[in-house]
Parts: sequence; structure tokens; C-alpha cells
Amino acid sequence: MPKDHAGRPLVVVTGYGVVTSLGAGAQDNWRKLTAGESGIHAITRFATDGLKTRIAGTVDFVPIAPSLNAPELSQRFAEIAAEEAIAQARIGARGDFPGPLFLGVAPVEIEWQQRHEVAVASGANEALSYNDLTRAGESGHFEAYYERFLFGSVADRLAEKFGTKGAPISLSTACATGATSIQLAVEAIRRGEAAAALCIGTDGSVNAESLIRFSLLSALSAANEPPSGASKPFSKNRDGFVMAEGAGALVLESLEHAQARGAKILGVVEGLGEMADSFHRTRSAPDGKPTIGCISNAIRDAGLTPDDIDYINPHGTSTPENDKNEYISIAAVFGERAKSLPVSSNKSMIGHTLSAAGAVESVFSLMTLEHQRLPPTINYNVPDPSIPLDVVPNVARDARVAHVLSNSFGFGGQNVSLVFGREPR
Amino acid sequence: MPERRESLITGIGIVSCLGEGIEAHWQGLNAAPPAADATSFAPYIVHRVVPLELDRQIPKKGDQRQMEPWQRIGTYAAGLALDGAGLKGKTEFLARMDMIVAAGGGERDAQVDLNVAAGVDKAAKAEAFVNERLMSDLRPTLFLAQLSNLLAGNISIVHGVTGSSRTFMGEESSGVEAVRVAHARIAAGQSELALVGAAYNAERWEVMLHFALGRRLARGAPKAVWQRAGMELGTIGAFLVIEEKKHARARGAPPLARITMVASDHAKRAPGAVATVLESLWRKLPKLDPAHAAVISGASGVAPTTQEERAFLDRTGLAVRGSGTHLGHGLEPQFPANIALAAIALRHGKLFAPEDPSEEPMEGALRQVAVTSIGHWRGEGLALIEAVD
Repeated sequence: MPKDHAGRPLVVVTGYGVVTSLGAGAQDNWRKLTAGESGIHAITRFATDGLKTRIAGTVDFVPIAPSLNAPELSQRFAEIAAEEAIAQARIGARGDFPGPLFLGVAPVEIEWQQRHEVAVASGANEALSYNDLTRAGESGHFEAYYERFLFGSVADRLAEKFGTKGAPISLSTACATGATSIQLAVEAIRRGEAAAALCIGTDGSVNAESLIRFSLLSALSAANEPPSGASKPFSKNRDGFVMAEGAGALVLESLEHAQARGAKILGVVEGLGEMADSFHRTRSAPDGKPTIGCISNAIRDAGLTPDDIDYINPHGTSTPENDKNEYISIAAVFGERAKSLPVSSNKSMIGHTLSAAGAVESVFSLMTLEHQRLPPTINYNVPDPSIPLDVVPNVARDARVAHVLSNSFGFGGQNVSLVFGREPR
Repeated sequence: MPERRESLITGIGIVSCLGEGIEAHWQGLNAAPPAADATSFAPYIVHRVVPLELDRQIPKKGDQRQMEPWQRIGTYAAGLALDGAGLKGKTEFLARMDMIVAAGGGERDAQVDLNVAAGVDKAAKAEAFVNERLMSDLRPTLFLAQLSNLLAGNISIVHGVTGSSRTFMGEESSGVEAVRVAHARIAAGQSELALVGAAYNAERWEVMLHFALGRRLARGAPKAVWQRAGMELGTIGAFLVIEEKKHARARGAPPLARITMVASDHAKRAPGAVATVLESLWRKLPKLDPAHAAVISGASGVAPTTQEERAFLDRTGLAVRGSGTHLGHGLEPQFPANIALAAIALRHGKLFAPEDPSEEPMEGALRQVAVTSIGHWRGEGLALIEAVD
């Protein structure tokens, strides 16, 4: 069995799929991403009256009927991305994927539409109580909502559709969620528990309440005009992230399993790093210690040194705090090289796809390796002198890339870094 | 395959209606269940957690304020587990401790919900009305109580657990997977020290509404779990410190019990499905001797799942206890809590007393406990917990 530097089974990628506000499909996304196109636009899905932020990277081209809610959208995006990944990997029979599902998905809860429907059904007028709601709720007309808003329902339906094996794992580590799904799958393959796994990060939670919650935390950009200019990672005038939707899916296999069935190897998951932050619920430690540790752990796990990393796909959210902290961490790990090491944020174009981001950006990291081309950081017009990085400003460029570092740093202090390589070594 | 390493439980933190900690739970399980609350959320029944002296595990008031009850309960229970394992404040261990939390979340402001739901019909522009109310009425920090991963985040902040941090979601199944993955990582040499657990606050109208939509709640007078027609929800916090054997020995930590096996599955529910999936999970167990082995079930009370599980368990010939009778059903923490109860019983060398007439007494020395989790909707799990000498 082919092993890595630590004697563990090598884990390779044999399929990927992606959907973002730029479009469905990895190739279409890559073309637009390397052309520097933005998927951010004015929100039309719901009324934005009274909101400071009126833009997002919603995925509006996927029809969902009859009711639009976060788990429904998350499931649909996940299906699109996973279908593409499985088709590319040519693995298993239809609806019979030979391994477990690791699903990164936003937490779900009953939304206003459902609450309103139940309130109307209760007939209560003036003083509505939860008693009224539960009484109306027990009529049996709302059974479908009960299932839909269980935390496990998206994974359950995906597991059924794709025929993954065993109990699916739904997970959430905030903005690191997508990366955690990959991490768990790699660990399962490394310990011999699975030979193949389906990893998905998905997020369809751009609705009024979610947007308001992030807005109340002062996390979102309010630069509504023009929408395409709002997400400006590493720029001096950055003012917050832009909420966005999408999904990324990867088929991971042990190299042995992939070779045995003659699969095309698209890349290697070489290293996983993690370190949680104990500083604050929404802010990271000012000295960057947890993110420095996280990045270093991933590079060490890959059996590499910082000098081996050719490109960083950063978390790069465009919030004042994240981008500064991420720079401090990169500078600490890479030293002098930090000035010349290319670091470009996909989020400048697709926004922050939240629970999907780690998976979506892993797909783009793999495509960077495959095409030997770096997507740009767009909207980079006012450099921040305190962040002297090569952000691949505004225009894509070719480069020799053998190893990519992808960072995902979450609210709540969950940090994950992944290292991808071009081919098994 | 490299040698599989042993996983020992070296710390337990548990809080519920029975009290806090190991001794309170042993006493409580051997007494009649405390009266469940059938009035506060009538017609539904809640097993309320005892009042906690939060300062003892969450010393900073600022931290307490930034959490909602489910997070306080969980952070408190996690602190108890770390205390029990002798790891509280020991940065050199906490910095490489792997944490897996099973969580729901979504704790809401019920009054804001009602005001908006009641006002929306009278508003000229419904969506604009909702936006306006939420922008002005939602507390900014409430979001942090709604995110599932923020129990783990709070445990990192309050107790300094930072090695790794993963949060699983998905009702009962997430509790099973949390323990299963932690155990598998230790067995394979990927981890040496783990903090695993969950918390659930049942004392909330929004969870009543959710389960009422599915008609999954029991009503009327509290009953033993085997006699229920639906869930009596319970507030529970349960955390386990799980440690590789040599690691525990090296730091002189006395083990409470061994986690020998954890298995899970995901059956499409149909008549007979519970028995089929339990049967396949049960085949992974060694032969269990009814004189020294028993079952602690996480049955939810939801029909017909609970009855199907019980019928299967009765065929094993082992004494059975449904912890839901005492604790109520707490979804995510039910499985970690039942593993804690199994470890506590194994420490005492005997099973706790039967509570329902359908439960048989057991006199023999207890050496092994099979812990089941049949999710009230989906997801099945089984663990074998064994005494250590």
C-alpha cells in the first residue's frame, strides 16, 4: 500500500464539484474565477428594507420549489456539487457510493415562513403564545417541517440519494466547516476505516435573519454599491465579509483504492492542521498563536517545510480583523518569504460561502495545482501597508505550484489548514 | 494494521434532573425519579436540570453572560469532566486535547419570535416589518448562542481545550458519532486524549414547537420511558474524558471504565428495521453473559421505535434499563450520558435498580454494559463499556 512520510495511507482526490454564485460546475467557476469575475449582487430573494447590507453571493439560478429554506437550498447545492464530483471520479454505481459521507452544513432551525404558517393556522390574533403555536403544530399538517428542520435531515437525504455507507456525519465548525469535513474523511481513510469518502461543504443560509445576525455582529460589508466591489480582502478599505452560498464536494480515496480501479488522480491531500483559539468568541488571539500553530501543524503533517508551499488560498474574508490576523500568522510561519509568496482570496469574487467555504476553496486549490494558474484577489485597489503580501492583485497569473496551503478560520475559534499536492510522492 | 490501542474513560461530567456529578447520579438512579415538570410547558413534560452554581465551573461572569443555558450546561459539565480527570488548568494536556462536541443549538428569544409572528400580519410590508423588528429586538450576542459550534468554542475559552475542536450535529446520532470517532482515533493512534460530549436544554418553547410539528412529544402525566407515547424531553449535559491507556497510566489517572467498542448505522426506518439494524450492530459484540452484563438503553419513548428496540433487547436475555425514565430524553447528550451512567454502574460493580415493572432486577457483579442509541427519527448506535481492574 502506498504510504506517506509518516507511514499512513496516501489520500488522493479523484473527483470534485462546485457551485457558487458564479455558476454550477468546476470548469465554469474556474473560467470566471481566473477572469476576475464577481458573483456578488443585490439581494432579490427577500426584501432588504431597513438592512445595512443589501448584497450577497446568493445562488439564484437553481430553482427550488415550492418553499425556499436553508436546509432545502443547502441540500440542493450539495446534490449539484456531489453529482459532479462522483461523475468525475466514476466511482461506485449510481446511488451506491462506496464510503461514508462527511457533510459540512449550516445549523438549521425553523424559519419565519414556517413559524408564520403555524401562527396563521393557530387562529390566534392578539396575544399569540407558544401554546397556540404548538397546538396548531400538532395538527399533523406540518410533519414535513419537523423532518426538514432536524439537524440531521440534510445529511440523511444526501446519504440516501448517493447511497453512502454507514451513519453520515453532519458537522459544523463555523467558517472552517468545509475543511473539517475533508479533515474527518482523511483521518478515516488514514486509519483504514474507509477506502473512499464523500466530503461536502454546503451553505444555503442567506436569508434575512441570518444576514441580520451577522450584521448585528458588525461582520458584514455595507459597501452595497457596486456589489461586485464589496469584498476586498487585504485592502486597506475592507469593511467586512459578504455572505454567500454554494457547495463544494470532493471524492477522496486511498491512493491504493484509486489506483486499483484505474481512477485519475486530481491531487493529494497531504496535510491537515488544526488548533483551536481560546481567546474570544468572534475575535482571534491578537498574537496569532492558534492560527500560526494551525498552519504549522498542517505543513508538518504533510511532511513539508514552509519553503515547500508555493501558494496560499487564505481564509481572506475581507474583515478588518481576519485579514490582519491571517497576515500576522503567514508572516510568522513563512518569515521573509511571506512578502513574495502568492496569497489570493477566492472570497473577493464569490464572497464568504460560510459552511461551504473550506470545501469550495479546496476545489479551487486543486484546480490551481491542475492549471498551474493563480486566481486573483479582485478589488485590490487600496493596498493595506500593514499587510505586505503578494495578493495576486486583480489579474490571474501562471505559476509553478506543487503544494498549496488552504486556510479556514472560524467564528468560535475553530481553525483548520489543509495542504494539497499535485501528485503522490 | 497497527495494534489497536485501548480507550479508557478517566473523567465524567454529568448534570441532569438527578443533580450533578457521579455520586448524585448513582443515588438518583437507585431512587424513584424526581417529579418531572408537567406544568411549565404543558401539555408537554420536561425533566429540568437542577440549579447549577455556575461560578464553580465558569468563573467569569462575562463568560456566563455570553452564553445561553445549553452552553452553560455543557461548559459546566465539561468542566466537571476535566476536574474528574485531574486535567483542569493543565495547559500541557489541554493544548493537545481533541474535542468533539455533539450539538443542536438554535436557542432563540421566544418573546421576540412571538412579537414578530403576531405582528407580521398587520404590517403593511411583511418582510420589511420582520427586518425592522429583528434589527432592533435581537440581542447581537444571541447569535453566538445559536451557532452549534459555539458550545465547543465556549469550552475552549473557559477551560482552554485547544488541541482540536469539531462539532457534530444530527440529534442522537451526533452523540454516537462523537464517541465513535474519538474512540476510533485513539484506537488507531491518531489521538491520545479526548473530550467528548454534548448538552441539551429542553426547557425551551422552540424545541417544543419543533417536535410538536412532528407529533413526537408525550403529554399528560410523566411515565417510565417504556410506557411513553412520545418524548419527555430532558435537560442534560454529559462529557467524557477518553484517554489512551498508556497515556492515562503515565500520568497516573485512574480509569473509570473502558470503551471497548462503538458502532453505528443509519437504517431507513420501516417496520422491523430497528430490530434488523440492532441485530447487525449486536453481532460486533462479544458474547455477553446475563449474570455480569446489562443494557442501558437510550430509548426516546417515541413509538413504535422504543417498543421495537425493547422487544429486541428482551431477546438478548440481559437486564435492561431505560435512562430516559429518570433523565428524560436529551437527544445529542443521551448517548454520552448513558456511557457515563454505564461507567458509574461498573465502578459500583452493580446495575442500578429497576424503575419500571418491565425492568428485571439484576443481582450479579456487573462487568459489561451495552449502551444503545436508537434515534427517535434516524441513526442507531451501540457501545460496549467494560469494567477495568
